[in-house]
Amino acid sequence: MTKALPSVSRPATPGFATFEEEPRHALLIDGDGEPDYGAIQTSEDFLDLKRRVKRFILPATLVFLTWYITFVLLSAYAADFMSTPLFGTVNVGLTMGFLQIVTTIIITMAYARYSKRKLDPQVDKVRALAETDEELA
Amino acid sequence: MTGANTAINLSVFGVFVLLTLYVVYRASTRNVSASDYYAAGSSFTGTQNGIALSGDFLSAASFLGISGAIAVNGYDGFMYSIGWVVAWLIGLMLISERLRNTGRFTMGDVMAFRMRQRPVRAAAANSTLVISLFYMIAQMAGAGGLMALLLDVHSKVGQAIIIAVVGIVMVLYVLVGGMKGTTWVQIIKAVLLILSVSLLTIFLIGKFGFDFSSMLDRATQRSPLGEAVLSPGVKYGATDLSKIDFISLALALVLGTASLPHVLMRFYTVPNAREARKSVVWATWMMAIFYSCTLVIGFGAMALVGTDKITSAPGGENSAAPLLAFQVGGTVLLGIVCAVAFATILAVVAGLTLTASASFAHDVYANVIKHGEADPRDEVRVARITAICVGVLAIVGGIAANGQNIAFLVALAFALAASANLPTLLYSLFWKRFNTRGTLWSIYGGLTSCVLLIVFSPAISGSKSSVFPDADFAFFPLSNPGIVSIPLSFLAGFLGTVLGGEKADAEKQAEMEVRGLTGIGSGLR
Repeated sequence: MTKALPSVSRPATPGFATFEEEPRHALLIDGDGEPDYGAIQTSEDFLDLKRRVKRFILPATLVFLTWYITFVLLSAYAADFMSTPLFGTVNVGLTMGFLQIVTTIIITMAYARYSKRKLDPQVDKVRALAETDEELA
Repeated sequence: MTGANTAINLSVFGVFVLLTLYVVYRASTRNVSASDYYAAGSSFTGTQNGIALSGDFLSAASFLGISGAIAVNGYDGFMYSIGWVVAWLIGLMLISERLRNTGRFTMGDVMAFRMRQRPVRAAAANSTLVISLFYMIAQMAGAGGLMALLLDVHSKVGQAIIIAVVGIVMVLYVLVGGMKGTTWVQIIKAVLLILSVSLLTIFLIGKFGFDFSSMLDRATQRSPLGEAVLSPGVKYGATDLSKIDFISLALALVLGTASLPHVLMRFYTVPNAREARKSVVWATWMMAIFYSCTLVIGFGAMALVGTDKITSAPGGENSAAPLLAFQVGGTVLLGIVCAVAFATILAVVAGLTLTASASFAHDVYANVIKHGEADPRDEVRVARITAICVGVLAIVGGIAANGQNIAFLVALAFALAASANLPTLLYSLFWKRFNTRGTLWSIYGGLTSCVLLIVFSPAISGSKSSVFPDADFAFFPLSNPGIVSIPLSFLAGFLGTVLGGEKADAEKQAEMEVRGLTGIGSGLR
């Protein structure tokens, strides 16, 4: 499963650099023209990407799971509180339930925005480290 | 319901089947390679796939079941909706993009990425097949029940014939259309479903002067439970045990959704991780709209039709939405709602069949039996034969399960997915040391504990509503096993890894991590 798609292989002879193949920086590619995953994994750009991913996903996941479980526990064990009327006949529980849907949308849109601004550019940066032949295919 | 609208129901439904079959046929001009059959050549956009995702996910249980559960149990029915919406955050942030980057066709691709191929793929296929079959039998049984209601078919033989017809049409979708055709069916169905549900909702709330509060007020007057129906606890609040059952169900819903095999497989129909992310964003919006609408439809049915009339109708709770449609829009609206519900069953079952057949052909046949060296043409042929077998199994199972309580079968599928798949997926994506043994322990640990707990639960024996009401071998008190089997599977995966077995392959782990986050090496752009 490592080679998902067949790709045209680039001539991997060192020392025959042509103009269009001038490497912009040290490519993290091993002898067979495959990306050197170990080197990429420890590269500063990749570590930065990991940090950026973690910075959003970890707190967001904790927040939504805690919020959901709080809602479930309150429904199970604090029925009286959840039945307190809020707007007319609409009570705290129904409002909270609806707010779960609203927060889901908010987190979803926030993640989409964060990915576009902070993650995708960094992914491009890391990918540039290993511009393999598939890029040319 | 009267026989007069049978003709309308049948013709609306017939138009849907013909239309979709035509689309499937047109979409399938080139359907030869494995990638075409399993993943539609990864040619769908994020938006299209997002709509199809919601189509795959919104089963008859969601539409008829949830609006019915709300119409009868009020607040406690609403819980399902919330769990199913919130669950997409897990799919969005933890799973979809990494899955698209590391895998190709099946869940097994990801689970076996850095493990020993054969045992892990076999395990992943087992879990996929078990979950898909349970889910599918529930849907097929639901089709029988629905028919009793919609077409006035009350004989068991008549319902069996209808279940068989559903099975045959869905196998046709899969055989002719592959993933591309099936995806188009999902898109058409999702648009129809969301449109009709939204229109019905606007109409209903308009009837109450756009005042939700007064609708609820009216609803409480028509429910024998009165005000209590707006508060938690009608269904699950009686004892401490039933409260734990409620929490268990809530956990299975939120953790199971994003690890259902047919949902996971959808992420492969888009060209890259960014489109996969976009799919989930779209799907989440669709879910949010849909489940907000079911709240209005459920309470609307309670207010306009009345709980008593719903529970005494043939089909029970499931008849809330159709009865409401009849009340507000007469036979034409009823026909439309019924046809949409039926189309829903058809489309979901087709998606499940495709997933099960892909998993068997790609994981078991190509990788376990042929050691990864199967001819792709043979693989697709095997997938098609499997689709037929799965279809036959589902028809037989659906006929056998006709009349059973389908909600528990569906909830079981979620508990199974949350127990067998989610821990394994999360560990293999995020835990460096996770190894083959841990993978096998968490898949089989989750799968077997979940199945066993269900077998010995009141859902199967020992209570009036169970499958075998006369026998009593239930010793596990909860009808949903999630609260036990999900942590157990996490623990099993952890112990299996820590207690030895071979060390994790560091090189493969590096490749999986880099590829999962960036797509390097996946050939995707």
